[in-house]
Amino acid sequence: MRRYSLRGVALVYLASILVGPLLIVFWRTFQHGVGPAWDALSAPDTIHAFKLTLIITAIAVPLNTAFGILCALTVVRRDFPGKGVLNAFVDLPLALSPVVVGLALFLLYGRAGWFGPWMTRHGIQFLFALPAMVAATIFVSLPFVAREVVPTLREIGDEQEQAARTLGAGSWQTFWRITLPSIRAAVMYGVILTTARCLGEYGAVAVVSGRIQGVTETATLRVQERYESFDLAGAYAISMVLALVAVLVLLTTNLLKPKEVA
Amino acid sequence: MSIEVRSVSKRFGEFTALHDVSLHVEGGSLTALLGPSGSGKSTLLRIIAGLEAPDAGDVFISGALATSVKPQKRNVGFVFQHYAAFKHMTVRDNVAFGLKVRKRPKDEIRDRVERLLNLVQLEAFGDRYPSQLSGGQRQRMALARALAPEPQVLLLDEPFGALDARVRAELREWLRRLHEEVHVTTIFVTHDQAEAMDVASQIAVLNGGRIEQVGSPDELYDEPQTEFVMRFVGEANRIGARWVRPHDLEIAHDPAAGAVEATIERISRLGFEARVELVAADGEPVVVQTTRDMLDDLDVRRGQVVWVSPARERVFAESSSST
Repeated sequence: MRRYSLRGVALVYLASILVGPLLIVFWRTFQHGVGPAWDALSAPDTIHAFKLTLIITAIAVPLNTAFGILCALTVVRRDFPGKGVLNAFVDLPLALSPVVVGLALFLLYGRAGWFGPWMTRHGIQFLFALPAMVAATIFVSLPFVAREVVPTLREIGDEQEQAARTLGAGSWQTFWRITLPSIRAAVMYGVILTTARCLGEYGAVAVVSGRIQGVTETATLRVQERYESFDLAGAYAISMVLALVAVLVLLTTNLLKPKEVA
Repeated sequence: MSIEVRSVSKRFGEFTALHDVSLHVEGGSLTALLGPSGSGKSTLLRIIAGLEAPDAGDVFISGALATSVKPQKRNVGFVFQHYAAFKHMTVRDNVAFGLKVRKRPKDEIRDRVERLLNLVQLEAFGDRYPSQLSGGQRQRMALARALAPEPQVLLLDEPFGALDARVRAELREWLRRLHEEVHVTTIFVTHDQAEAMDVASQIAVLNGGRIEQVGSPDELYDEPQTEFVMRFVGEANRIGARWVRPHDLEIAHDPAAGAVEATIERISRLGFEARVELVAADGEPVVVQTTRDMLDDLDVRRGQVVWVSPARERVFAESSSST
């Protein structure tokens, strides 16, 4: 009985916090039929916003995956002065508000910033363009792969890698044949979390993008813009797509997770 | 295929793991590095394999300087205490690993892997994963994997340490037979003196990062050169400043020259053998090993005061180790 009541509490909590709002978004989207929702989603600016979100994600996720694995390997397998600092810095984006990240980029690359004048002279458009948005997204989604991989690397230890070395494998062969397969589940899980974070990023990108419709407007920024323009159907429709992607990501995560535990 | 360790030292922070250690291992021999934990035996093995770099000194394999050669170029087989099985690969892929990274032809790899699986009696388990094997089977797989690239030297770090007593004894016997068949220069690390005496043709006893003595099992037992070797290899009693093996002691009712007074604490009969535990007048515990018949003839009981005299004893000039 106790098991069922515990389960009941968990389910009611989830329903009110997570499922309820999701269902409302879904219901609101199709409140006036499929037509308005489809119109909102097929508007050129909306399509552009989705495209931009995907492009940013497609750049940020592979970079953060490579960096995350490298960073985890460095933290777990190497010993050097300043290791603690590196370890702490990887967590920084989790603690820092994305708006602050955006502001920091603004201060660095703005017209009065450290790198701003140099970039202007060389004709590089950083702020209010793709580079700044990618940088902001990379920053906020940095820790996830490293955070997932570090405990797994610690758990598997380095004996398998040493065994591979004595069997004649170089560092590159050892990484591809032994280390990577051993941490694959953790990397996948980290990639999924990173992807979710990139798709949903709002604060930092809002600050550095300039929110130019059809140019630097991502899907999340577009939701806000539609909402402020009293186009509730449009806002709900885009939200629904983002929510669906989030649900998909969650499902994939759950499919991967039990394997890692077993 | 000989191994030469010359004046090797290694420190880990404040801890000196090896202190100016030199060792010669004959090609084709089966050598044990024996010592208590922290004696530096594993560190020495890992330095020979190239998994640790010495702070000073050199390692020669087959006469060639190997000190700065990377482990993957040394052509050594290494077996770890906890198997270090590649968990995501089948037994067959584990054994084939060393050949695959050397890009050997597929046919050759297949044949050699099958031969090795036969050798370690795992031919029926080739498609299993390490998690589906018992500890003893995993260690045999690790051994086949280490032997696959035909190493010049086979190094085993406490290979049977994680196994239960029965499997241990089985694998010990099995390693000895394997060595007779394959004849690769083999060094294994153990803290179990019975294991070292049983398997090895040469034993190097380590203590506190130094080599105490190198010799055959009989030499170490019969002619220990230091107090530590006397105590560590086989059982030993201290009677005053003298060291005596339990079977070199005699119990008598009356005093004799060189005998010490002792009180019997416990008598245990183990089939043919009998053990008498006593406490000498100076408080030192003494163990006497004798036969059951001799004990019956003596007719002694617990609590009785007797005289114990050494038939054969040793005095070590220099106390090389702390108790």
